[in-house]
Amino acid sequence: MASVEKIIEFRDVSKSFGELQVLRNLDLHVNAGEKLALIGPSGSGKTTILRILMTLEDIDTGHVLIDQDYLWHQQVEGKLQPASDKHLHKMRENVGMVFQQFNLFPHLTAIGNIQQPQMLVQGKDKADAQAKGMDLLKMVGLEEKRDHYPHQLSGGQQQRVAIARALALEPKIMLFDEVTSALDPELVDEVLNVLRMLASDTDTTMLTVTHEMNFAREFADRVLFFDKGQIVEAGEPKEIFSRPQEPRTQDFLKKYIAGIA
Amino acid sequence: MDSIIEYSPILIKGTITTIQLTLASAVLALTISFIVGLARFSRHRSVRAAAICYLEFFRGTSAIVQMFFMYYVLPLMGVHFSPLTAGILACGCNLGSYGSEVVRGAIQSVSRGQHEAALALNYTTYQRYRYVLIPQAIPVMIPTFSNLLIELMKLTAVASLITISDLTFMAQIIRVQTALTLEPFLVILVIYFIIATLLVQFTKLVERKFSKGRQVVSDGGR
Repeated sequence: MASVEKIIEFRDVSKSFGELQVLRNLDLHVNAGEKLALIGPSGSGKTTILRILMTLEDIDTGHVLIDQDYLWHQQVEGKLQPASDKHLHKMRENVGMVFQQFNLFPHLTAIGNIQQPQMLVQGKDKADAQAKGMDLLKMVGLEEKRDHYPHQLSGGQQQRVAIARALALEPKIMLFDEVTSALDPELVDEVLNVLRMLASDTDTTMLTVTHEMNFAREFADRVLFFDKGQIVEAGEPKEIFSRPQEPRTQDFLKKYIAGIA
Repeated sequence: MDSIIEYSPILIKGTITTIQLTLASAVLALTISFIVGLARFSRHRSVRAAAICYLEFFRGTSAIVQMFFMYYVLPLMGVHFSPLTAGILACGCNLGSYGSEVVRGAIQSVSRGQHEAALALNYTTYQRYRYVLIPQAIPVMIPTFSNLLIELMKLTAVASLITISDLTFMAQIIRVQTALTLEPFLVILVIYFIIATLLVQFTKLVERKFSKGRQVVSDGGR
């Protein structure tokens, strides 16, 4: 954690969907190994940040860098040009993502879901991919479910397999997009426990969009409060949650405590 | 009825020809379905346009005329096909146009989340289709393909018009030679029906094989 190397940089990034501007001149630095929680009302742009990093959305203006390299641009003869598919493919190696709706491949078993990307993307042979897959299934407590198809698993179990699948490719940056929002309340903790364990055990940089404030408080090194496409307030969890400075943050947290947000 | 039994050898021959024509056209139609259906997702506009032209041409013109064109018109341009080849080409190309829409629709029915998951795992476009989208789309395609296969089998009756000696052609021969009308056509109706039933059973078998252990539509796991 001593490293101060910037692994993610947003420089003056803006993004609109039609009329709706979801990011306004955003500047953001993330240090390698940092655990970040992104909170704020729906539609505030926090999920868009993850989707831009995963190359699921492009940007309108500004620059995004991962590990000192442009994500949506590339240098061609000294000039910055829009990134080619090849460049994006290379950059994606750095990033893994877990989705709100899990998005496991329904035609593959739990182990198959973890095994296939390693074989296709990293060219591993089946035995290696399977060994790594079993280690990860053990880690998320699902080794006995290895041959179950997604529809035979609970939502919480599916999400744990999805986390294992993303981890198997060993990305430097892991993105978690409201990973418990689609779960029944009693299944939330089994997923959050995996994230807690990852946060304390790995050097992986982690960005989490979440509505679970208690979780954000213990998980994150830094909390960013978003509203209307901008970072309104950022700081250590105890500052943000105990002494929020900005009225919008205070308002949001008040509503959250009242159970509205 | 006795005279029909007397003609059973040529009915058997006709049945075999109908089955051959159906199967060969089905293989061709299936191949075209995937090529044209997948071409609709190409990033190159010209490829997409070519696929649409193919679809609209073969779906929008009569299969009988297409068959006549291949058998009677193409030889004038120096391209000669045997009757069977012309029949297979016409039936295969025609049904392939419908089939391409089945392939396109089934692939489009795979949820956006599956595309995104494959992209997030850094699959290439080829890998995304080959290992994620097509395997999930196939179970969706099968029931419609099953209908198309029956349609195709019935369409092959038209091939008798370009002198292919299929079931319908043989029934005409029997009618001319025996002056019986009801019997030969009744018999081939039954034979067509039996072939159709067997084809349906076959597609059900395939469907079962592909849906083994799978749930076709992901319900988000709630």
